[in-house]
Amino acid sequence: MRVYLAVFALLAAVHCEELLNGDQVLRIHVESEDHIQALKELEEDVDSVLDFWTHGFSTERPIDIRVPHTSLSAVKDFLKKNNVPFTVMINNVQELLDRETAEMVSNAKMERSTKSFNFAAYHDLETLYSFMDTLVASHPNLITKVHIGNSYENRPMYALKFSTGGVSRPAIWVDAGIHSREWVTQASAAWIANQIASNYGVDPSVTSLLGQMDIYLMIVTNPDGYVFTHTDNRMWRKTRSVNSGSSCRGVDPNRNWDAGFGGPGASKDPCSESYHGPYANSEVEVKNVVDLIMGHGNFKSFISIHSYSQLLMYPYGYTCTDIPDKSELHSVGTAAIKELTSLYNTIYQVGSICKIIYQASGGSIDWTYNIGIKYSFAFELRDTGYYGFLLPANQIIPTAEETWLGLKYIMEYVRNHPY
Amino acid sequence: MASTGDLEPTHYPARRAAQVALHYLNTHHGSPFRVFGLQQVHKASAEDVEAGGRKYKLDFSVTDWASGSAGPALRCSADVLFPRTERHSAPDVKLRCEALQQINRTAQEEEAFYQKHITPDSAVSARDIPDSYGNMSEEMQPFWRLARVAASFIMLRESSENTEFNMAQVASVTQQESSEEQLMLEFVVLLHDLPSQEIVQWKLLASWSPDRGVRVLQTEWQPRCPHATKPPN
Repeated sequence: MRVYLAVFALLAAVHCEELLNGDQVLRIHVESEDHIQALKELEEDVDSVLDFWTHGFSTERPIDIRVPHTSLSAVKDFLKKNNVPFTVMINNVQELLDRETAEMVSNAKMERSTKSFNFAAYHDLETLYSFMDTLVASHPNLITKVHIGNSYENRPMYALKFSTGGVSRPAIWVDAGIHSREWVTQASAAWIANQIASNYGVDPSVTSLLGQMDIYLMIVTNPDGYVFTHTDNRMWRKTRSVNSGSSCRGVDPNRNWDAGFGGPGASKDPCSESYHGPYANSEVEVKNVVDLIMGHGNFKSFISIHSYSQLLMYPYGYTCTDIPDKSELHSVGTAAIKELTSLYNTIYQVGSICKIIYQASGGSIDWTYNIGIKYSFAFELRDTGYYGFLLPANQIIPTAEETWLGLKYIMEYVRNHPY
Repeated sequence: MASTGDLEPTHYPARRAAQVALHYLNTHHGSPFRVFGLQQVHKASAEDVEAGGRKYKLDFSVTDWASGSAGPALRCSADVLFPRTERHSAPDVKLRCEALQQINRTAQEEEAFYQKHITPDSAVSARDIPDSYGNMSEEMQPFWRLARVAASFIMLRESSENTEFNMAQVASVTQQESSEEQLMLEFVVLLHDLPSQEIVQWKLLASWSPDRGVRVLQTEWQPRCPHATKPPN
């Protein structure tokens, strides 16, 4: 026996892999003093071979022992002979280890690929979708990908749901890229998604926020348009739906919501960039979001991200009449912008859509405000017209960083002001 | 629904009028090495005038756009008159900027750029400046600025209280044969109008020299699709 053990030990030292193949972990249910005696015998007899995972014997709790494959039948016979009840807890230790290792390798690879995703570049739809999968896979206890429906051309529309549990917790919605040519918005949203994921558990504010609320982040809200800006026309804004009776395609998805629909500030010409569509929610891209918001029923904030102009706006767009909560939203916006500006001195203005940029009917945040989502805001990111939609990629991260500060302020405010 | 009297400086009526003043400023003082951008409107007011026009009085600051809000600011004041005529006519601008002559002269760069491209064998030709990703080579920057200045002539002329123009992209630049010691450049530019969100395409022929500045000789509105909508205004 001793020679055998010595050889075994030598082999163990030399070969690190597949050492534990066929080994099992037995759970011993000690019920009496006799059982304890038997275990002590086992321990003294073959101590160097049996790997006790629990130390100290008592009837209070089970004792776990890893038994090498070669000793399995001997040990089991001994236990049976002494009437010591046991169960097989781990059927094959090596198999379990292999699975764990594979998972770790895959996680490390995924972490490397989220770390290697170039946030300072513009990516096509496929790459952004693949980034989402990678992010979800490396934060499986925090993020899920919600398939909210398909676009006109049947592309899946995905929102990333950040949640630490609960059922229908109060939630915050953030969307980017509803107008496809506003490339800095999708790019910033990807960075922000990663930022939220990395901040969770590290940043006390984000951690506390996610302890009480969920965040839904939609990186590409108009996938058909986004693809079109890559394949055909960089300046494409609308959806790609076919308009009956016209050779012009697409509806302005931010004139298609049910708030003052068809009023001033939207066009009834299908060839126009601000064509409102045949009726409210005619665009499946809009309908999908509407259905999610209505179905969920517990959104407390809705934030839509656009570019360019460097503005933070609140409702209304369809009318210049002040909303009842104007005072509060204006001061939240002003404080949020202060945070944003603090980083790179980027100047933003705050105001209602109608007063600060133009009257525009059928807009998303007007609809969300009117159904009771008080903290409804729209951002217009960098710049003020120098590069406009064609913002150089080296400005993506600075833009995302400063926007995140403004966004975070709003989210924290929403968390601190439940209603 | 426009208000008379004092205007909120951060709201669009004041900002649109200020942008018109900026277009005017750029047509007069823009160059391959300088384009001005709006930094901030400080004060604004508007009043209806006889003959159905509307006059804006503005107090605002501008910067050399390339240096952003970080650059030194010039204080300006302007009267911008939007006529209310049946057919659109260009706004009228009266502009005063302090210390305009004192800003860093870019004479050296201008001269070097001029000498490089006035030679008979210079035949610059490029598309999509910047490209879809916002990339613009060092070499193309002065041409982009020239296009932006030339486009300012068009943007100024086409502006009304209901427009807010920016240049979205230079679709192409093609150098023509120099004439009377002027660089001759044919541009196709894409203009973006904020309120309508339309992208409008214009072809134009511009001349430039350090002495004479930018002049726009020809402009031609271009339909963007075969089934294009009517031209603006």
